[in-house]
Amino acid sequence: MTCKEAFQEISKYLDGELAEDFKHILEEHLCKCAHCKVVFDTTHKVIELYCDGKLFPMPDLVRTRLHEALRRKYREKAL
Amino acid sequence: MKLRSFSLHLYGESSEFWSARFGAIPVEPPFKMHYTSQVSPELNQLPGAQPARKDLAQAPETALEKSESDLVAAAKAGNNEAFDELVNRYEKKIYRLALRLTGNTEDAEDVLQETFLKAFEHLPDFRQDSRFYTWLVRIAVNEGLMKLRKRRSDKSEPLEDAVDDEGQVMPREFRDWKPNPEQQMSQEEMEQILLNAAQSLPASLRAVFFLRDVEELSTEETAEMLNLTTGAVKARLFRARLQLREELSKVFKESKP
Ligand SMILES: [Zn+2]
Repeated sequence: MTCKEAFQEISKYLDGELAEDFKHILEEHLCKCAHCKVVFDTTHKVIELYCDGKLFPMPDLVRTRLHEALRRKYREKAL
Repeated sequence: MKLRSFSLHLYGESSEFWSARFGAIPVEPPFKMHYTSQVSPELNQLPGAQPARKDLAQAPETALEKSESDLVAAAKAGNNEAFDELVNRYEKKIYRLALRLTGNTEDAEDVLQETFLKAFEHLPDFRQDSRFYTWLVRIAVNEGLMKLRKRRSDKSEPLEDAVDDEGQVMPREFRDWKPNPEQQMSQEEMEQILLNAAQSLPASLRAVFFLRDVEELSTEETAEMLNLTTGAVKARLFRARLQLREELSKVFKESKP
């Protein structure tokens, strides 16, 4: 497996879309090739960072204003 | 206190884990009710809970799911408190999605409000054959993309021309990252870095990345929502991951090769 091929498969691997035999070939390549291993690890890390549930908390004021807007909407509908 | 740790276990682990461990304990209705009311989107912020991608989207068919359809049915029948409960459940997730998509807090708040106001308005049209949350995401993504389209006229958005689903893309940066970059900076710094990197992507790549990798929608759902082929979704997800990796490498790479 060349680096170019390995690189194309990394995304599929992360999606669990790679067939078992291909998975092993890719895993073997990642063990031997430091460059592709870095690409794999850091791509994985990208996803992990954006998925961090602690980031981007909703400020209380934003919540208050949302619920005020909803109250107005409920009243409108009731009229 | 005991109930709290129970519900955390329930939430973080599979139902098999739960029944294997506590299967012998009969679950009384009052306990069940308590557990149901405790499950909220906030759970993924509690220490020890799974990261965002492991939460609601993958929850098995449990009391949580059932009570969601009950809430939707009640809201459809005109019970505003039931709708409030649905808002409480998902507002934080929708806000996060809106912020990551638009890149600024002002637009994110607009998208958040529009999403829930429109959801309330169009609730009678919601057919309960999809998850309520997926339906909210659809509205939020539409609102978000509309904002971005407006912004493109003032040139603050990257152009879509650069998106070529057939073109070859290759990584350029091979230096490893510092370990745990998130522990070496404040949360605000990290958020700004992630938003800036996402903003360097054309909106359609950004949307594909957040729907697939963060919201964990399927390729098919994402394709349908963004009016793309499944092939285009896969190609764009690949490009989005690559481009984000290259952008973030500029910040996180180790200083020595
Ligand atoms: Zn390689």
